[in-house]
Amino acid sequence: MAECHPVGFQWVMEAKERGATIIHVDPRFTRTSALADVHVPLRAGTDIAFLGALVNHVLSTGKDFREYVVAYTNAPAILRQDFADTEDLDGLFSGFDPESHHYETTTWMYEGADASAAAGARDRWPASGGEGEQDVAARQHGGRELRDTARAESYGAGGAALGGKPALDPTLQHPRCVYQVLKRHFARYTPELVEDVCGVSRELFARVADAITANSGRERTTALCYSVGWTQHTVGVQYIRTASILQALLGNIGRPGGGILALRGHASIQGSTDVPTLFDLLPGYIPMPHAHQHQDLDAFVAADAGTTGFWGNMRAYVVSLLKAWWGEAATQENDYRFDWLPRLTGDHGTYRTVLNQLSGECKGYFLVGENPAVGSANAKLQRLGLANLDWLVVRDLRMIESATFWKDGPEIETGELRTEEIPTEVFFLPAAAHTEKDGSFTNTQRLLQWHHAAITPPGDARSDLWFYYHLGRIIREKLAGSTDPRDRPLLDLTWDYPTEGPLAEPSADAVLAEINGHGPDGQPLSTSTQLRDDGSTACGVWIYCGVRAHGHNQAANRRPRHEQSRVAPDWGWAWPANRRILYNRASADPDGRPWSERKRYVWWDAEQGRWTGDDVPDFEADKPPGYRPPPGAKAQDALAGTDPFIMQSDGRAWLFAPAGLADGPLPAHYEPYESPVDNPLYGQQTNPALQAHDRPANRYHPAGNQVYPYAFTTYRLTEHHTAGAMSRTLPYLSELQPEFFCEVSPELAAERGLEHLGWATITTARTAVEARVLVTDRMKPLRVRGRTIHQVGLPYHWGPEGLSTGDAANELLSVVLDPNVRIQESKAATCDIRPDRRPRGPALLAHVAAYRRRAGLPDDTPPTTGEGRP
Amino acid sequence: MGLRQWIDGWPVYRQLTGDDALGRGSAARSRGTERLSARTEQADRVVRSVCPYCAVGCGQKVYVKDEKVTQIEGDPDSPISRGRLCPKGAASKQLVTGPGRISTVLHRPAHATGWERIPLDRAMDMIADRVIRTRRESWQDTHRGVPVRRTLGIASLGGATLDNEENYLMKKLYTALGAIQIENQARI
Amino acid sequence: MTSDRNRLSGPLADPSADAGYPDDHPPRMGFFTDTSVCIGCKACQVACKEWNLLPAETGELDLLGQSFDNTGALSANNWRHVAFIEQKTEQTTAPDRPPVDLGMPAMGPPGHDAGAADGQVRWLMSSDVCKHCTHAACLDVCPTGSLFRTEFGTVVVQEDICNGCGYCVPACPYGVIDIRPGDGRAFKCTLCYDRLGAGREPACAQACPTDSIQFGPLEELRERADRRVTELHERGVDQAQLYGRDPQDGVGGDGAFFLLLDEPEVYGLPPDPVVTTRDLPSMWRHAATAAVGVAVSVALSFLGRGTERRKP
Repeated sequence: MAECHPVGFQWVMEAKERGATIIHVDPRFTRTSALADVHVPLRAGTDIAFLGALVNHVLSTGKDFREYVVAYTNAPAILRQDFADTEDLDGLFSGFDPESHHYETTTWMYEGADASAAAGARDRWPASGGEGEQDVAARQHGGRELRDTARAESYGAGGAALGGKPALDPTLQHPRCVYQVLKRHFARYTPELVEDVCGVSRELFARVADAITANSGRERTTALCYSVGWTQHTVGVQYIRTASILQALLGNIGRPGGGILALRGHASIQGSTDVPTLFDLLPGYIPMPHAHQHQDLDAFVAADAGTTGFWGNMRAYVVSLLKAWWGEAATQENDYRFDWLPRLTGDHGTYRTVLNQLSGECKGYFLVGENPAVGSANAKLQRLGLANLDWLVVRDLRMIESATFWKDGPEIETGELRTEEIPTEVFFLPAAAHTEKDGSFTNTQRLLQWHHAAITPPGDARSDLWFYYHLGRIIREKLAGSTDPRDRPLLDLTWDYPTEGPLAEPSADAVLAEINGHGPDGQPLSTSTQLRDDGSTACGVWIYCGVRAHGHNQAANRRPRHEQSRVAPDWGWAWPANRRILYNRASADPDGRPWSERKRYVWWDAEQGRWTGDDVPDFEADKPPGYRPPPGAKAQDALAGTDPFIMQSDGRAWLFAPAGLADGPLPAHYEPYESPVDNPLYGQQTNPALQAHDRPANRYHPAGNQVYPYAFTTYRLTEHHTAGAMSRTLPYLSELQPEFFCEVSPELAAERGLEHLGWATITTARTAVEARVLVTDRMKPLRVRGRTIHQVGLPYHWGPEGLSTGDAANELLSVVLDPNVRIQESKAATCDIRPDRRPRGPALLAHVAAYRRRAGLPDDTPPTTGEGRP
Repeated sequence: MGLRQWIDGWPVYRQLTGDDALGRGSAARSRGTERLSARTEQADRVVRSVCPYCAVGCGQKVYVKDEKVTQIEGDPDSPISRGRLCPKGAASKQLVTGPGRISTVLHRPAHATGWERIPLDRAMDMIADRVIRTRRESWQDTHRGVPVRRTLGIASLGGATLDNEENYLMKKLYTALGAIQIENQARI
Repeated sequence: MTSDRNRLSGPLADPSADAGYPDDHPPRMGFFTDTSVCIGCKACQVACKEWNLLPAETGELDLLGQSFDNTGALSANNWRHVAFIEQKTEQTTAPDRPPVDLGMPAMGPPGHDAGAADGQVRWLMSSDVCKHCTHAACLDVCPTGSLFRTEFGTVVVQEDICNGCGYCVPACPYGVIDIRPGDGRAFKCTLCYDRLGAGREPACAQACPTDSIQFGPLEELRERADRRVTELHERGVDQAQLYGRDPQDGVGGDGAFFLLLDEPEVYGLPPDPVVTTRDLPSMWRHAATAAVGVAVSVALSFLGRGTERRKP
């Protein structure tokens, strides 16, 4: 955190001054470790073993926050008899189809829940065959394309839908209640296992376990912060799940000083998920519809939304979105033009897109402030895709590798590509900087903050708002008068934003007004509960409804911090409804009283008949703790006054996820796809549902392969930003970290003859890169599975362009993906490292091919463009 | 300037007549020093902004003089950052005003070995034509007999420094075009 | 005139008054850099360069290999410099910046317990800067009056006066001030004199994410630093020590002083800096004596010669 979010780290330092224990769990010793009380260096890719052992510690010592657990989590829920755990099936859960590598999830359901409600089988693309049957087939076998969709992403604003409510055992004694299942599942996650798998001593583990449990409960809370060190794995989603289980057991969710805080890496990466430029989402975590023979809006909503919890209002959210996009053209009679939404048929994520580029199916590509030629895993694969396009539009502040691959990419040097033979037409359009445009970021804490244009952009530089508005305008003008039905969605699109100034810059405030939404009278809406499913309201992003309440841009609020409370509600605007801590009803006990004076935050004021406190209650303000839903209640009315997790269909935090995940209802430790060791826990070595693409230019190392004997992990440095386009182009930042380097321990340096400040060549089955060597005691060999495991650390900021240059660490990585969200495993893989610079030109290809041969991998001839083997 | 003032301005005179006998302080002040002032004081306006690097969301104040950014620094009013910035945030002025920024449209025709400059409006027109053409050529009304109304011929990958309003227009336009391979750093 | 007026060494309560500023001059301002909370982010270096428009390094960038430090030292173009010190300590050592517990399991072949003994890694970071000495030799030797003391008690180079003679460079006991290549003039931290004039804090202090760099009236900072070091000692951080805080030291105390977690030498700071002009007055006296002596000798020699000449 000190390394990548230094200014956020000031609050950690402040907590430390006030007595908090700071624990840093990371394979490398960073600037965060330097300031932490405890650093836990563990083998990259083993966090589930570590966190699972903490869960086991809490359960086996009875240190869970029992009242919280019974009232607010699904610990008492009773599971079906036919559910089988990884303990029963040697690393698999019930429902796995080894042929399709896909889970059928019916057995993960609660007992008594409505099985016909397609639990976890929200709307999706049937594999083949006739209607009706297809859906059954899809649920039972899961078509190849079906399972490829990143479904879990659509739960960003709440869990998956469930039909019915589970039977509960508040004593937690029932052998099939979640609490007991959890206990059995994690029983073998012991300190000894942590030592064996993670390379963390039992003493150190005990210190962490004691610190966390001592600092949780009524009087105290513990926060977990994570970043892509947890997400960029083939089991990334399950990492976060394990953390969620731990925090829910300890009562650390919805309370001040608690939580699981994603430290997101880019200014508006949260906004890019909320207002998604993601293939599987519509704004506000509404899923993109899948292809079906006859599916109307009601069927889509029925398949996707729960009937209970706030997602029970999904139809209002979708209709309001369609009204925002197609205005008068969207009517009740035409189902609000639900049919105009294009349909998914499986995975259409960024790595799949690259394969489509290689096969020639995808011909045109926009890169908007993104540099995959060095920034995405397996950079070569990315460049080969770029080199096989008809046209490419790159928008950025400065020149980047993704725009110059055709003249100076590594494949030109190796002879794999020739400039004159690359058919891609490339447009480079200069972009405006944040100081040159109005707009809002949604920062890591769900906070929308408005930045105001200070000056106009130079020359031809324009905002991306300008680019897309005018591109849409020109396309619509060119298609005007078209009678082709496929052009109707474009021509009927609401696209009349006012423009300002000599550049005809579209008004960002007008776009924000559309995002916020308006009622039948055209007046801005104040909150999403005003949204209706009858076409009378329009709202572009339902979770942002209220950001322009009363016609005022709340994201631009900037009341100085000294003039408001510590919660600072008048600085920016947090979705939803300006709530700063999600699920904060959990900061009070079931009766609505604070769990303790020390941790009071939101509570029930019986006199006023309202929830009140330091924050906006994340709960219906007037729903009393004693409220019990009448039979047949829908949406939020179906949740009791004691159900804090209002986006969940059962109002509870899920220790066990009965639906919504592709790789299991509970986390299990699987080894990284490329691992130096075997999995001691299960016969199942890796995530059985992960997505791999074994093909030329993307070969994988078998576990324990001695040709690639070392583990490596990639990461960032304070002085640089992501793939470097915004940092290694700046003199002041470049001089601070001027070159690509690798970090190795003195032991590994001795073993391989590496010299401090000398060169090293790091080789994988994909390619080889060279880096300067930093030998440092901060890198530590670990004792794992009876062996010494060395880890190589690689910051990934570099590429051939810019002032500070070097090979890109992402060249080394393969594309292998988490099955839930399609994020690549870039935090744990294997490699070889040797002294000296890498071979140049065709010799580099020979070098890498020789490694592949020795490792027993296919000796691929160098791939060429258009060889198209998806 | 009168003679008296002129003489008063002499460092040696000041040194001999003032309290700074060794000429190391008040007597040694130069004209440049007397004229010195913080350039933030001369700004025509100060614009509130947010750091574009990581997602912490540090407040920034952008100082503008003669339509140029002259300084960017932390906003002490911010309850998030309290006026502080990391090295990247502190380098924001170099990000927006420093060397290397490109301000003209560049075009590389298929198979060409170098860039050509083209006007922005022409580029926009060419890109619109290519979108229309590729969309037409790759359009799918159905996929294996099921309606899909889409194109797999066009894809997009955005960075996560895009504003919400930009992401919104992107998703809206692409969806109306039937393009579904719309992705963002948020998945990476 | 007070007795300590115009002295070149020893305690001096008010260097600004000493430099001729009237009684209502502002209090002496300075930096207290508390390295126990420094995260080594280098925001201070960049914020300084942005504000003072300092040139970036030119030519081929090179990795220095001094941990994460690629700046090397304070210079004409780097007025803040973050030092990184990686230490591998014995486990028996008392905790300071409490060495982070790595809790390493045993390493190497069975029976060989290599890993357990060396499990402690400490990574020290410290942002160095011009000390704005109470007795600033750079200022004392400056023949042009370019270096001067401000009303805030800080020491500043006036670029419009400096003629690049370079006398100040060897005079600095800390090796701070430096001639800028290609320019020829001397440059160093001004403690953002221009910002101070506008009632603003220096750029580095404002940027510092963890408040490792604190700016304020020196007296207040000294009190704060005393409290902080006591607090750290109470927590068992025995090695915490203040550097440059003592008005009795060789430079009369620094306007920019530090809380260190190890000996100054570890951070590349001179352990016992002395203003190089301390002995100037006595040197003058000795020189005068010597001059008289020489004159007498010469006279005597002439006399003697004369006498000799008169010798037959």
